[in-house]
Amino acid sequence: MAVAGLSRASTESTSTLQWALLAVAIAGLLVAPFFVYPVFLMKILCFALFACAFNLLLGYTGLLSFGHATFFGGAAYFTAHAVKVWDWAPEAGILVGVAGAAVLGLVMGFFAIRRQGIYFAMITLALAQMFYFFCVQAPFTGGEDGIQGVPRGELLGFISLNQPLNIYYFVLAVFLAGVFAIWRIVHSPFGMILRSIRENEGRAISLGYSVANYKLAAFVMSATLAGLAGATKAIVFQFATLTDVTWQMSGEVILMTLLGGIGTMIGPIVGATLVVTLQNTLATSGFPVTIATGLIFMACVLVFRRGIVGEILARLPDRNSK
Amino acid sequence: MTMVFGIPIQAFLGQLLVGLINGSFYAMLSLGLAIIFGMLRIINFAHGAQYMLGAFAGYLLLAWAGVGYWPALILVPLIVGGLGILIERLAISRLYNLDPLYGLLFTFGLALVLEGIFRYYYGVSGKPYAPPPLLSGGANLGFMFLPIYRGWVVIASLVVCLGTWLAIEKTKFGSYLRAATENPSLVQAFGVNVPLLLTLTYGIGSGLAGLAGILAAPVYQVSPLMGTDLIIIVFAVVVVGGMGSILGAIVTGYILGLAEGFTKVFYPEASSTVIFVIMALVLLVRPAGLFGKDA
Repeated sequence: MAVAGLSRASTESTSTLQWALLAVAIAGLLVAPFFVYPVFLMKILCFALFACAFNLLLGYTGLLSFGHATFFGGAAYFTAHAVKVWDWAPEAGILVGVAGAAVLGLVMGFFAIRRQGIYFAMITLALAQMFYFFCVQAPFTGGEDGIQGVPRGELLGFISLNQPLNIYYFVLAVFLAGVFAIWRIVHSPFGMILRSIRENEGRAISLGYSVANYKLAAFVMSATLAGLAGATKAIVFQFATLTDVTWQMSGEVILMTLLGGIGTMIGPIVGATLVVTLQNTLATSGFPVTIATGLIFMACVLVFRRGIVGEILARLPDRNSK
Repeated sequence: MTMVFGIPIQAFLGQLLVGLINGSFYAMLSLGLAIIFGMLRIINFAHGAQYMLGAFAGYLLLAWAGVGYWPALILVPLIVGGLGILIERLAISRLYNLDPLYGLLFTFGLALVLEGIFRYYYGVSGKPYAPPPLLSGGANLGFMFLPIYRGWVVIASLVVCLGTWLAIEKTKFGSYLRAATENPSLVQAFGVNVPLLLTLTYGIGSGLAGLAGILAAPVYQVSPLMGTDLIIIVFAVVVVGGMGSILGAIVTGYILGLAEGFTKVFYPEASSTVIFVIMALVLLVRPAGLFGKDA
């Protein structure tokens, strides 16, 4: 997806100022649960990681997946099942969810990378809908009821996740680890090749890169990290339901990324925070969330395609042009 | 009782008819998608919502103004098509120079808004819409019972699909459309108003979705959710058929509807996923789609 103004954000050098901002942000997240309801913060963190994982594919590889709910919701089901039915520890349950999402990503990616552009989007959407129907029928997902009452358990056998602060710092650690992994992938030689595929697929092929393999690898990584977000969410909220595998969920993560800024590191985090906050506000107001979501979508596409963070970065003086 | 593959023939033919009905709607909707995509290079995610809008327009025309089925059959496509023209002029025409994915995202947002509005005012439960007296009841064909309205839907959709195909292949307007699809700037240089053609194409495509919606209203219940679930299946149909050919889109729609009907007879659990499985198989064997030219 050729999005103007992305290269600046992705080639930024890590200056002292940025390290300082990062330190402030992490400090803010560490003290946040003393001021804001922790469950709300954890919801934001899970969705922010989900959006960052999605952005790895859309923003840095140029592939628009309309089926990421499969990995988010699928991982939630696997984790909930492992923890509740098999009685596994939360960390083992999350690993099951992440591994399951990786396998699902491998299968969906294998089919989807055979086509490009809008066909890629339609194939991922169709396969995700197929997974949704599978979840409706499969016995282990509990159908319409989902898997309820998943125990949070004890992390590593001695840290009780029933303590609000314990689970908050656990989710924060997962979130930071996930975002760090994405940052490492994007700023690695592998990430540069992904970006070259986004900018000019034909040229990447002519340079000798097996583009299909790189796309599939990026797809699986994105699916795996989306799975990490979904698995963690299942532990936090103690349930896994059909909501997380619907096409609406796939659309929501696109909205978060688009609103925050496609192809920026913190854009999806900002987008997720705004969308989750908006949903919480609207839930009590009676105004239908779908209408608001749709309107923001249309406004983003028509007016600010770079997203909030992308627009801000585009207005900053260019640090690289000295 | 006569049996086919160990199934009573009545049940077999009944499911086949259901498959043919579903196929009629797949064909009409993928036809509209293919026409819009051919000219505008945009995948119209709102196509399902426009189909739902068509059904609701018919329902509301009857409830508010007492306008019956037959006039609605003319009015509804005009209303939905007119709305499409308005949307194309106001918004979609600004997206032509961008990556086609933005068109998909914009129309996705549009679909959410349309669906949200009707869900807000009418809830998720379906509203019944009775078929007109002329088409109610059924006919006993000896080997099976045929509800007349369902037979009418199959015939009407065949007429609509063939008519649209002929209009594109055989009329002067159709030849402008095809030429503008191939090379818009050259056609514009010949003095044809290409932006107007684009607007009309989106209007016609939306109108077709609206027509499918009013045809569907007596078969399925009129509900805000009827469109989007359907459009995802139609996307799979479009991936299977490839959007390079109008006729390909129509034929694929009917075939996949029938395939779904067959599956319902022999392995009902898989009937909701069979089209997606076929899509995956086609991607393995022929990634460009059965009738597709582009890789």
